Amino acid sequence: MNKIFAVAGVVIKELYRRKDFYVLFVLTALLTFAAGAVNFFHDEKIIRYVKDVCLLLIWVCSLVIAIVTTARQIPAEREARTIFPLLAKPVSRWEVIVGKFLGCWLATGIALVVFYFFFAVIASSREHTWPLATYLQAAWMQWSLLAIVIAMVMLGSIYFAAPSSTSTISFILVAGMMLVGGHLNKIALQQPEPMQSVLAVIYFIMPHLEWYYLSDFVVYNMGSVPWVKIVAATLYAAAWTGFFLVLAWVGFRHKNLTT
Amino acid sequence: MNVILKTEKLRVEYRSREFRQAAKVALQGLDLEVGAGEVFGFLGPNGAGKTTTMNVLLGFVPPTGGSASLFGIDVRQPIARQRIGYLPEQTYYYKFLTAEELLRFYAKIFDIPSAEADRRIASLLKLVELEHAAKRPIKSYSKGMQQRVGLAQALINNPDLLVLDEPTSGLDPLGRMKVREIIQRLKNEGKTVFFSSHELGEVETVCDRVAIVHEGVLKAVGAVAEISAGHENLEKAFLQIVGFQTAPLP
Repeated sequence: MNKIFAVAGVVIKELYRRKDFYVLFVLTALLTFAAGAVNFFHDEKIIRYVKDVCLLLIWVCSLVIAIVTTARQIPAEREARTIFPLLAKPVSRWEVIVGKFLGCWLATGIALVVFYFFFAVIASSREHTWPLATYLQAAWMQWSLLAIVIAMVMLGSIYFAAPSSTSTISFILVAGMMLVGGHLNKIALQQPEPMQSVLAVIYFIMPHLEWYYLSDFVVYNMGSVPWVKIVAATLYAAAWTGFFLVLAWVGFRHKNLTT
Repeated sequence: MNVILKTEKLRVEYRSREFRQAAKVALQGLDLEVGAGEVFGFLGPNGAGKTTTMNVLLGFVPPTGGSASLFGIDVRQPIARQRIGYLPEQTYYYKFLTAEELLRFYAKIFDIPSAEADRRIASLLKLVELEHAAKRPIKSYSKGMQQRVGLAQALINNPDLLVLDEPTSGLDPLGRMKVREIIQRLKNEGKTVFFSSHELGEVETVCDRVAIVHEGVLKAVGAVAEISAGHENLEKAFLQIVGFQTAPLP
């Protein structure tokens, strides 16, 4: 495990030295303050809009950090050729993949802690309540989803040499899965065969990222989700993450790195 | 001879991405043995197969045929690289890290305990004369300084076998002398050094044995004196072995 943590540590160091995170955090903070400062139609419940906007920004920013950071890991190692001194050490390609994944996942976790702390301060300053369990669940579910996304992007980065291609395809896939994924079974019912079966199959085999978006629970103070469901969703995320990482390793294991 | 680096009928083919293009054969049945404590020079013109051999030994490229082992362990096993140090030709390091952080990272990869890592890092930074710049990012270093960081990282695990890919390439005369001194020191400590170089004068100075490859085939192997016998120097012997004809000046 030391080797995996060592590789992860370098990923985290790179992220905070590149300052991507600071830019996104300042942007999120500015937009949230701007939204909070405007009193639309003298609405007493303006805080709901602020919370909604803030959560959306946290989701977008954390996805940007996760996807962009992960997409460049392996290609940047290959381009800068830093992969060679690394693989000349007693480290396996599996450990490199898992170390890179862990580094990206922990880095987004750190970003989420900062984002959610900021969110809790803004929301509580207006509502005078601290629904900590709900915030904790929302952050945990988002972090679980990011594990799936990071593993998926890691897989893409093995096959696409350019980080920009991997990032673009990943953003499209994640947006598609989150916006359409949950409705695909209903859309399937309205289609003629064979499209109906095709869409139904896609619905059942794709990762359901939309389950991890707990915005309504946070924005409308609906209380906490039953912990059994949180545990089930975590296991589901772990299974998909493992699946994508194994596929990434299979691709990376025989990859000729010298061409 | 206690053989620590061995290749047997090593063959490497690079498949072409072009449709119906024949595969390029980089190595054709290379047999090589390097004994413990030797300084072994691996020579050949550009495209001869030196880098491919190193890439196989370091696990970057899988052999198409034959086998390669380090310390009796197949090079495809990561553990085969536990006792080796590798210095690439160019400086391929994380430029956002400081020299100290880079060495600590590699020490962790080798599972070196923290206190021992601290001691080795301090001693290696002193050896390569980078103590004053230890806490500066590598991106702020000159080329010579980066090459010295490379040498330090290659020695972090106190390796029994050092693989050096053109170690003096791009270095100034002082840097070359320093590298030669370090190779000599390692030899005196009983370490094995396997290195490729185009600097034949340098090879003649520091190597016990050399191998010459050309077009993926081993053309000659033996002590420097044996290879150079009947020639003015190693360079002339090398040129004849690879079939180079000197054209008369107009």
